Amino acid sequence: MKLTLHIWRQKNPSAAGKMVRYEMADVNPDMSVLEMLDVLNESLALRGEEPVAFEHDCREGICGSCGFMINGVAHGPLRATTVCQLTMRHFKDGEELYLEPWRAKAFPVIKDLVVDRSAFDRIIAAGGYISARTGSAQDANSILIPKEDADRAMDAAACIGCGACVAACPNASAALFTGAKISHLGLLPQGQPERRRRALHMVAQMTREAFGSCTNIGECEAVCPKEIRLEVIARMNRDYMTASWTSRKHPYQDPGEFVRWSYGSKLKTDQTQ
Amino acid sequence: MNLDSKIPSGPIEQRWDRAKFEMKLVNPANRRKYNIIMVGSGLAGASGAASLGELGYNVKCFCFQDSPRRAHSVAAQGGINAAKNYQNDGDSVFRLFYDTVKGGDFRARESNVYRLAQISVNIIDQCVAQGVPFAREYGGLLDNRSFGGAQVSRTFYARGQTGQQLLLGAYQALMRQVDAGTVKMCPRTEMLDLVVIDGKARGIITRNLVTGKIDAHVADAVCLATGGYGNVYFLSTNAKGSNATACWRAYKRGAFFANPCFTQIHPTCIPVTGEYQSKLTLMSESLRNDGRIWVPKQKGDHRTPNQIPESERDYYLERKYPSFGNLVPRDVASRNAKYVCDEGRGVGPGGLGVYLDFRDAIRRLGRQVIKERYGNLFDMYQRITDEDPYQVPMRIYPAIHYTMGGLWVDYHLMSTIPGLFVLGEANFSDHGANRLGASALMQGLSDGYFIIPYTVGNYLASNKLEPVDETHAEFRGAMEGVANFTKRLLSIKGQRTVDSFHRELGRIVWDYCGMSRNAQGLDRAIELIRSLREEYWRNVLVPGSADDLNQALEKAGRVADFFELAELMCIDARHREESCGGHFREEYQTPDGEALRNDADFSYVAAWSYQGATQPPALHKEPLDFEYVHPIQRSYK
Repeated sequence: MKLTLHIWRQKNPSAAGKMVRYEMADVNPDMSVLEMLDVLNESLALRGEEPVAFEHDCREGICGSCGFMINGVAHGPLRATTVCQLTMRHFKDGEELYLEPWRAKAFPVIKDLVVDRSAFDRIIAAGGYISARTGSAQDANSILIPKEDADRAMDAAACIGCGACVAACPNASAALFTGAKISHLGLLPQGQPERRRRALHMVAQMTREAFGSCTNIGECEAVCPKEIRLEVIARMNRDYMTASWTSRKHPYQDPGEFVRWSYGSKLKTDQTQ
Repeated sequence: MNLDSKIPSGPIEQRWDRAKFEMKLVNPANRRKYNIIMVGSGLAGASGAASLGELGYNVKCFCFQDSPRRAHSVAAQGGINAAKNYQNDGDSVFRLFYDTVKGGDFRARESNVYRLAQISVNIIDQCVAQGVPFAREYGGLLDNRSFGGAQVSRTFYARGQTGQQLLLGAYQALMRQVDAGTVKMCPRTEMLDLVVIDGKARGIITRNLVTGKIDAHVADAVCLATGGYGNVYFLSTNAKGSNATACWRAYKRGAFFANPCFTQIHPTCIPVTGEYQSKLTLMSESLRNDGRIWVPKQKGDHRTPNQIPESERDYYLERKYPSFGNLVPRDVASRNAKYVCDEGRGVGPGGLGVYLDFRDAIRRLGRQVIKERYGNLFDMYQRITDEDPYQVPMRIYPAIHYTMGGLWVDYHLMSTIPGLFVLGEANFSDHGANRLGASALMQGLSDGYFIIPYTVGNYLASNKLEPVDETHAEFRGAMEGVANFTKRLLSIKGQRTVDSFHRELGRIVWDYCGMSRNAQGLDRAIELIRSLREEYWRNVLVPGSADDLNQALEKAGRVADFFELAELMCIDARHREESCGGHFREEYQTPDGEALRNDADFSYVAAWSYQGATQPPALHKEPLDFEYVHPIQRSYK
């Protein structure tokens, strides 16, 4: 196959970036998109040019490292598939592909297709866990969990933290990511003691990281490589509302944060205008 | 040097309790005064850093990925073993211990394996308490399955993503400590040297992968949880970034490397399709429960599989091993696939593949049942190969998957350098010459949650460490060494890329030190590796600069270490004149082609020490005693 690539090249976070055109002559349809970039990088290196930086590790669709926009779609055209598992046979001979990094204020570009997603780690650190001190656990079968609850928790827990949901969202919201963790832990009996605190803190952190609000557009669900469903956002909102009304103490002095979130994007768009 | 494994005395079931009681403790108020470094954030690293932070130590945790949640433990599919006996099928701590020692072909340390089996039950409790969504039965109890031919159902699992869920549990515990301020997380940072002062590990040198800045980090103890070295082979099931650099630099600073030739080849991977291929994809071994493995009886039979009649198919595993059939252990299944391909009966491009056929299972159970059991694996296979495994048999071929060898550690997981601890796949300790399925996750979490928090404390409480800082001559020297190493790689400006060297190196190691080895081939491999390494340092092309994100430079340093490690693997494989587990020497086999151990001469751990760039490594032997499980010939006939 022959392909024309247009790739976002940006030397460092402060440099200006631009799209650069590359012609690919012999693309094997069995290659993954990342293997095609490997081939391109080999040829760039031999020509004395700097290879395209892109993030990748497991190349099995589970580590969540890889991801960029292909023709404006996060992870490209194939549903439930990360770019590392997307093979070139899903493109046409002679096609032009535009590869760009995730675009979101909360994900600054580091270089080329590599962005900084550490905001996700900070959201988890704010409360995306169950405080189970090492060594203090009781026997694993002493709390029974209905299979359906365990299965739903697992559906939400399948999130790989790649950031496609944020990249696809017109508001650059991290609601699907945050909702997935709040749902996973909130569906399990072990997650109940910290359930409200978790929702308050994680949502507050999400807002602090400059992610946008959710307006139920659903782009996130459409591109999610693990098919996390929008219902996790509903669950997050429900936990968050309950927590805001019943909590004895807000993590902030300023209740405005919560009001803003509760009213969704309306205020958010008003502010940005 | 005499290797003291510090195994406690007494009956095996009391040894760990006794060791814990005899360990010295650090006063809670003093813990925050101690700095501990954890390199790696996989199951062992994340669980260890979280548990140490929770105790109140001052921990710094490093990973080369952008987030600790990406560590390659995330990719483990099958499950995690524990001797819970929830299925009432006769499992026990002793049985798990016995199976692991036997499965490791009697090359593991009994006391360590027993402790692992004991701790296995605590791991499941801990993970459930953290919210790991293990599979459940309708009654709400945890579900189990039999895995890798085990005769009891002791494997806990979370769909085909057990590693991911366990890692996220450990990652969340780690992030909780980050929030509490006990752990400082340093992502996108690679350890490039170990600093040893007065014979003790006192810190590391790192490179910030975004800015290129070289930093020194001082500590009272250093823990390495950096995984295995399967990427020596270039094509493996490991993540692309997995590397041996931290362990290798520690080896060069005096830590012994044990049993480097013990590598595991996994039988069910998707075959290689072309020269561009960057990695191999594993499919869960559970496929062998229902799939039948075969090749054509005739050499060079190019008919499509469905055109080959039953009478012209050779179900070679069922033929040779009637009692275990397609469920023989990984090493046996892999080796036999190689034999039939070497005979010219392999299928698919290049003849490097065998069929894994579900036709009979679909006829017997119906398509729906097969879909429920293996649907996600079938989808993955179809996505990669564009073939429908419900219609056409899958093609599989073995691939390197796990490395049992690693840095030598004693019962406390401490290496030969005091203050340097090694956890998880990076150490050599528990799997002997062959690892059983669903045991890697168990070992990583056992080391991290339940062993290292005790043994590091004991080390700190029993040693008086002089205060040092980054201005110490050893730190300055090591920083300079790292900076020069980087500069040297960039200055060669040769004609060949790092990947082209790595691919060639991988091919050599795979051909001569892969599924089967012989003396002549290993001698040849050592020569080839040396001459390729010589070319590498003359002709490698590393584009870009040292002071920004430079993925080619990262790779170049790792491949430089793989060259040296590959040679050590071949030296170790050459010296071990027996066959055991994943190490199969063609000269040592039974008349019907099975591995022939030599317990009289090789019942020991081979620990190698670095003697400088120009000298061969020195061999040190730790004899293995088997008091509880008596060595026998493994038989799966």
